[in-house]
Amino acid sequence: MLNHIRPAITLVVAMTALTGLAYPLAVNGIAQAVMPSGANGSLIERDGTVVGSALIGQTFTSDRYFWPRPSATGPDPYNAAASSGSNLGTTSVKLKERVIADVARLTKTGIVQPVPADAVTASGSGLDPHISPAFARAQIKRVAQARGLETAAVASLVAQQTANPTFGVIGQERVNVLELNLALDAL
Amino acid sequence: MTLVGWLQISLLFLAVLLVIKPLGLYMARVFSGERTFLSPVLGRMERDLYRVSGISPEKEQSWLGYTLAMLTFSLAGFLALYAMLRLQAYLPLNPQGFPGLPSDLAFNTAVSFVTNTNWQNYGGETTMSHFSQMAGLTVQNFLSAATGMALAVAVTRALARSKVPTLGNFWVDMTRATLYVLLPLAIVVALAFVAMGLPQTLDGSVTATTLEGANQVISLGPVASQEAIKQLGTNGGGFFNVNAAHPFENPSAWSNYLNIFAMLSISSALVYAFGQMVGNRRQGWALISAMAVLLITGVAVTYWAESQGNTILTAIGVDPALGNMEGKEARFGQAMTALYAAVTTGLSDGGVNGMHGSFTGFGGLVPMFLIQLGEVLPGGVGSGLYGMLIFAILSVFVAGLMVGRTPEFLGKKIEGREMKFAMLAVLILPLAILGFTAVSAMLPFAVASVGTAGPHGLSEILYAYTSAAGNNGSAFGGLSGNTPWYNTTLGIAMLLGRFAYVVPVMAIAGSLAAKVKSPASAGTFPTDGPLFVGLLIGIILILGGLQFLPALVLGPIVEHFAMLAGQTF
Repeated sequence: MLNHIRPAITLVVAMTALTGLAYPLAVNGIAQAVMPSGANGSLIERDGTVVGSALIGQTFTSDRYFWPRPSATGPDPYNAAASSGSNLGTTSVKLKERVIADVARLTKTGIVQPVPADAVTASGSGLDPHISPAFARAQIKRVAQARGLETAAVASLVAQQTANPTFGVIGQERVNVLELNLALDAL
Repeated sequence: MTLVGWLQISLLFLAVLLVIKPLGLYMARVFSGERTFLSPVLGRMERDLYRVSGISPEKEQSWLGYTLAMLTFSLAGFLALYAMLRLQAYLPLNPQGFPGLPSDLAFNTAVSFVTNTNWQNYGGETTMSHFSQMAGLTVQNFLSAATGMALAVAVTRALARSKVPTLGNFWVDMTRATLYVLLPLAIVVALAFVAMGLPQTLDGSVTATTLEGANQVISLGPVASQEAIKQLGTNGGGFFNVNAAHPFENPSAWSNYLNIFAMLSISSALVYAFGQMVGNRRQGWALISAMAVLLITGVAVTYWAESQGNTILTAIGVDPALGNMEGKEARFGQAMTALYAAVTTGLSDGGVNGMHGSFTGFGGLVPMFLIQLGEVLPGGVGSGLYGMLIFAILSVFVAGLMVGRTPEFLGKKIEGREMKFAMLAVLILPLAILGFTAVSAMLPFAVASVGTAGPHGLSEILYAYTSAAGNNGSAFGGLSGNTPWYNTTLGIAMLLGRFAYVVPVMAIAGSLAAKVKSPASAGTFPTDGPLFVGLLIGIILILGGLQFLPALVLGPIVEHFAMLAGQTF
């Protein structure tokens, strides 16, 4: 056992230097030099202010904006410094009560039942930037009314902002809520 | 389930299938000590490492020497990581000023990463400094994986050689696994991840002003470099709390593919390398086929179950067309989440891209059962291969009993000594999983950690010990595991699952290496054909099923019927 101590200690130290410092710092250097936008969080700026990240969802509660999915992060939804899912099981009474309340809230805004599943379920990360095209379409009337816009204009914007799977296979049909709302503000 | 969904799933398996042979042959060269195309770059560094560490690379070790070297190395890694986590506040690269970890959490986390489990009782972005993530966790992501590969190579040599008392040199195998396999692949995958949008920065966070005028603090860090080795080493410990469900760990369908591809390819290719090294490539493919049949069945069941949606929610006005979306990300959908869930548990990866605890009864049963089958589909890098070889030995033993011949595997006689050690190894898993689960389910303070009452609560506890003992690391996250009880007992379960398992396995390797490798005769039961594959699958299912079915009936299966009956807890 004793003759193993020297190689054990030297290799832990040497490998820490190699794989724990040299490797991540080298990747860091290349990433920052070649791909700074992605390496720094795919941030979106408007008029010189960072308004969010293209990859991270954020809260929208106003009728003038499209709403994202429910988020289970604490203490506030879409807390991008503490990601979390609800982790509630299918038979959880808390889950059922939360969904009943959300379905009722959405029904009041004119969304007809059955509501799209993503509209009332919390994502795994609590930071899902996307919603389904069905949930986006269901919100068109409300947003158009709040902004005094033609329904057709908002509908065409939603269609424009809907991303399709690559080659029709890889990925899901989805709408990035922040990008859709930015486009809406730019109308 | 849709045709497109199955197409998405098939593309991934096809990509892995294409890489198995070239990567397997490359690793066979690496572990045979041959020159590779990277030798001109890395040979010098390799020799320097041996020199400063006082290692004679040509000196081989017996099974005991090899095992002791591995244990000493793991202990040194554990102590270094434990100290680093405790002293985090005094170390550099801590932009958010996180304090040191309490002793029970530091113990749990250090054990977790040294055993290649990567169970996380902490939220990465709220607990760990960049220094701890890089110089602590990332290092063990490399070293625990390289240790697993070394052990698998030692067991492989035992079956390849005839009447040799040694199994190779642990230090050399571990170093070569790191330098020639993990490190180069990690650099390539990390850069591909950055191109897909994973952050790689030493900044701690950035504050955005949302369109509605609120402040949103967005955590950043050296994510891509950690994500790459997390997957390649089947570690699974994420940079962020929610692992690869976080858009910064897994922003798109493409990054999702790369995540799954990276975790599946080395383990699968290592099985091929095994075939190459024992001089029977068909044997490698036979093992891979058995793994693939079970793994794809797992994908299918989860995909089917999750696509049905949660019928309790359907009854209150939710459209089931998208399936059960609680805990899942819109950009992945059901097929790619089911694929990730089955692969991450068939492997001992344990990263997740959706919350397994919010899966339906059967959807959640699959990941749990795949771990309970022994993490051999194809299992963790290295650990999956030696686990599968134990099942292969059990299978030839059962076949031998049926026809009344002395069982043989690859020309090695399987006798009493090997069988005793094999049973010892196989019994560790049910002992650690069912034992700790039963105790926890009876302790009021342990039950208080449960997130969802009823059968799902039992599943949360059962899944935790399953994941720990199987060295997986995924979770039914409703369980608040960051308590002294769970930190300690889960830590012990991880240690048992890794070390109490591998010591008997290495003893078998030692005894097999010393035996004569006899040539195949007319009476030899061929272990590289479909009959053996079927037998092997049967043995894995019967062992796993007999041991865990009663517990699974009380957890996920009751939950399934409760859901159908509209019963909530």
